[in-house]
Order: sequence, then structure tokens, then C-alpha cells
Amino acid sequence: MAGENNVGLVLLDFWVSPFGQRCRIALAEKGLSYEYVEENIMATKSDRLLRSNPIYKQIPVLLHDGCIIIESLIILQYLDEVFPDTRSLLPTDPSERAHTRFWADYVDKKVYGCGSRLYTEKQLEAGTEMAGILKTLEEELGEKEFFGGEHGFGFVDVALMPFTTWFESFNRYWGVNVEEVAPTLAAWAARCMKRESVSKSLYSSEKVHAFISGMRKDAGFE
Amino acid sequence: MAAAGAQGSCGGEDEGLTLLGFWSSPYVLRARFTLNLKGIPYKYVEEELFGDGTKSALLLASNPAHGGKVPVLLHHGRPVAESLVIVEYIDEAFQDRRPRLLPSDPHERATARFWAACVEQKMVPAWAPVFCGRTLEERVKAAGELVAVLETFEGVLAGGRTEFFGGESAGLVDVALGGFIWWLRASEAMCGVKTIDPARTPLVAAWAERFSALDGVREMAPDMPTLLEYHLWTRARFGLPFLPLHQPPL
Repeated sequence: MAGENNVGLVLLDFWVSPFGQRCRIALAEKGLSYEYVEENIMATKSDRLLRSNPIYKQIPVLLHDGCIIIESLIILQYLDEVFPDTRSLLPTDPSERAHTRFWADYVDKKVYGCGSRLYTEKQLEAGTEMAGILKTLEEELGEKEFFGGEHGFGFVDVALMPFTTWFESFNRYWGVNVEEVAPTLAAWAARCMKRESVSKSLYSSEKVHAFISGMRKDAGFE
Repeated sequence: MAAAGAQGSCGGEDEGLTLLGFWSSPYVLRARFTLNLKGIPYKYVEEELFGDGTKSALLLASNPAHGGKVPVLLHHGRPVAESLVIVEYIDEAFQDRRPRLLPSDPHERATARFWAACVEQKMVPAWAPVFCGRTLEERVKAAGELVAVLETFEGVLAGGRTEFFGGESAGLVDVALGGFIWWLRASEAMCGVKTIDPARTPLVAAWAERFSALDGVREMAPDMPTLLEYHLWTRARFGLPFLPLHQPPL
């Protein structure tokens, strides 16, 4: 995918991974070209992936200039720091940066932590917890157009958007309808989906739901 | 079970910092190490998290998303929560205070952040069954797995060939792992297995001695008998079977 802005970036990724999707959105927001490499992590992992990430053997992995960068939020911060002339995801003020990092960490710990129970647990009992998490996020969003506030579409927006394609599954498996439980959050998701960086990086809720159902079947839960 | 001398100020001129903490929390220790190593003054407030007390209104209001978890750093009243977020905040808000905990090169920064996160993602889950194991066998097995995780950190020190993970001076990873040193050392009394074992991870063992002796770190060391007593009390509180402490070999 060499283009005008070819800076030798390679992203090892998996199409439906929300963590990989974060990186794709960020690279698109920054107008950076990169080589996308689909790793089929459900099958045998490639030598390149295992060499790049021996600790977790997971995607996403960003290769740049002979360097290996792993963990999606770390990759996002790296991109901000290495390409300062591109649109930044984090604000500059330390206090705002801390606030931003806290909420991105909240997405990891809570949205992913609870959300992944869709396919790690047979019993479908996490709905109440997820409803609470969504309400907390809605409260944090408040009246802002984006979680990034004055900074605009930013770090937390990118961190959370991929998980909005799980909303359909939250509804079908847990009966958690985001439009009812957290309508402002649902509106935010629809707003972000209009951004090209987002719409080109994410897959439809139906496709994601089918994938999650597949994981549940593979695990013997249904 | 509040530690004695819990309240108080640390250091010189007022930077408007207050840290809400708990004496034995490895996460709180990370924040304290950072402030102390940089010589930044702050007020420390010990929160009564268990026993008869309840969390202070300030703590609950400052970290509502996580139900009032410590540590919380208040800077001119504005709260910062999550230990590694606090550490990076201090590094960025007080840029003239040495040592800088994060390197300036972006790739090195990404690497430091990765290993700091690895403490939480790999080491803590390995540690949990050492603390919470229902049987001695479970705890011993977990301790063995924890040593294997520390061997990964051994590899980092071997590769870097430096005194600290951060290089010549302590950095983000030192502080991230350092908060757990005393809990790791307590494993021998808990189940007879040394998790920081000089025979298995000599560099990590030497690093633990070196880091825990630093000014700003040394003074924060929890008292070992109190730590062990607290762990027995916590196990009882969570309905875990009583397992007696191992006596050290004579």
C-alpha cells in the first residue's frame, strides 16, 4: 500500500480484532500509508508474528524502521510521538493526557474485560455489568461531541469505537440495547461511524456478531 | 488495620499534591516511589479500606468509575487515577524533576510502556494464586509459574545490561515492578517458594536489592511481619482456608 506518505509502516493484524482496528483508525486519521498484513490468528501463527511478539503471540504488531511496537494503545501513542506533524490523538496538557489515558484504560479493563465474556463464558450473565459500564461511559461523554472534547475525535474515541460493533451482540446475547441504556453513547457511535477512518476500518455488527457466535460454538457453549 | 503514622506531609514547598493510598498496595507504592525519587513534596493520606473504616468521601468522589480504588493523586484538587497513568502524569507535569521515568526516544518509550503493562498482564495474574491459593500445592505451583514470568524480566535486564530497567537510573518499569517487591519476597513465608530466586533470576534478584535500597524507595518498605499478618487477615476475610506461614530455614 505504498502511497505519498509511505514511511515504511507494516501492521500485522486480524480483520475483526478491535485492537487492530484501533490502529487502522489511527493510521487513517493521520493519513499514514502502511502495509496491512492479515494474520490468521485462529490458525497457525506465522513465524513473523511469533518473532515480533514472542511474549503474547498476538496482533496488532506495528513494524517501523526496524522497530517492533505492540499493544494497541502503546502503538497509538507511538504514532503520535513519531509523527508529530500528523493529526494528534492525545492532547498536549499533562492533566488532560492523564484523563484521556485513564478512560482509554477504562475501555480496556471494563468494555473489553466485560465484553469478552460474550465468548469466554457459557452463561450469559454479564448484561447488568455491561449496562453499568455503558452508562458510566455515557456520563463521561456528557454533552461533548467526542470523548476528546475540545481536542476533537481522539484517543478514547479511537479506543472505544471498535467495540461499538459488539453492540448488536450485547443486545442479542445479554438483552442490553445501547440505544435504550445509553442513547447519547449510541448517538456518539453513529456520529463517529460517519468518519471515513472509522467506516473503512470496522466491519458491520452483523459480521462481528456472526464471528462471536462462531467463537461460542467453537468453545462448545452452543 | 491502618498503619501507624499514616497521615503527613513529605518534602518541602507545596506543589498542591495529595496522594490517597493504602500502605501495602503495590499500585500506591508506584506513585510514592515516583514522587519520592523525583523529590516532589506531597501530602499522603492513608485510606481505611478495610476493617471498621470506610473509604473517604474524597476517595469515592475522586475515582467513581472504579468504586474508589487507590491510588488517586489530587493535583490542586484535580484527580488522577490508575497507577501507571499517575506515574506518567507526574513525569510529564514535572518535567524538570529528575530522574525522568520515561526515555525520550519514542521506540524506547513504547518498549518501557510495554514492559510496565506486562507486569499487570502477566505477573499479577501469576501472583494472584500464590496469594489466594486454596491449598499449599496450588500456591507452590503458582509460585513456580510466577518465577517463569520473572525469567522474562530477567531477559530484559540481560539484554539491556544496565543496573535498572530504565538504564542508569530507575524508570517506568522499575517503578511498575518495584511496587511488588515486598509481596514477591513474602512468597517464601506464604508457601515456601522464593519467587525472586537468585538461582533462577540472578539479575532480577540483584535489581530487587538495588531498587529497594534507593532513597525514596527504602523508606516505603512495608514491614514484612505486618504484611504477612495482613495477608492472613485478607485471606480470612475472603473465606479462604487458613494455611500456616512457613518458617524460614534456620
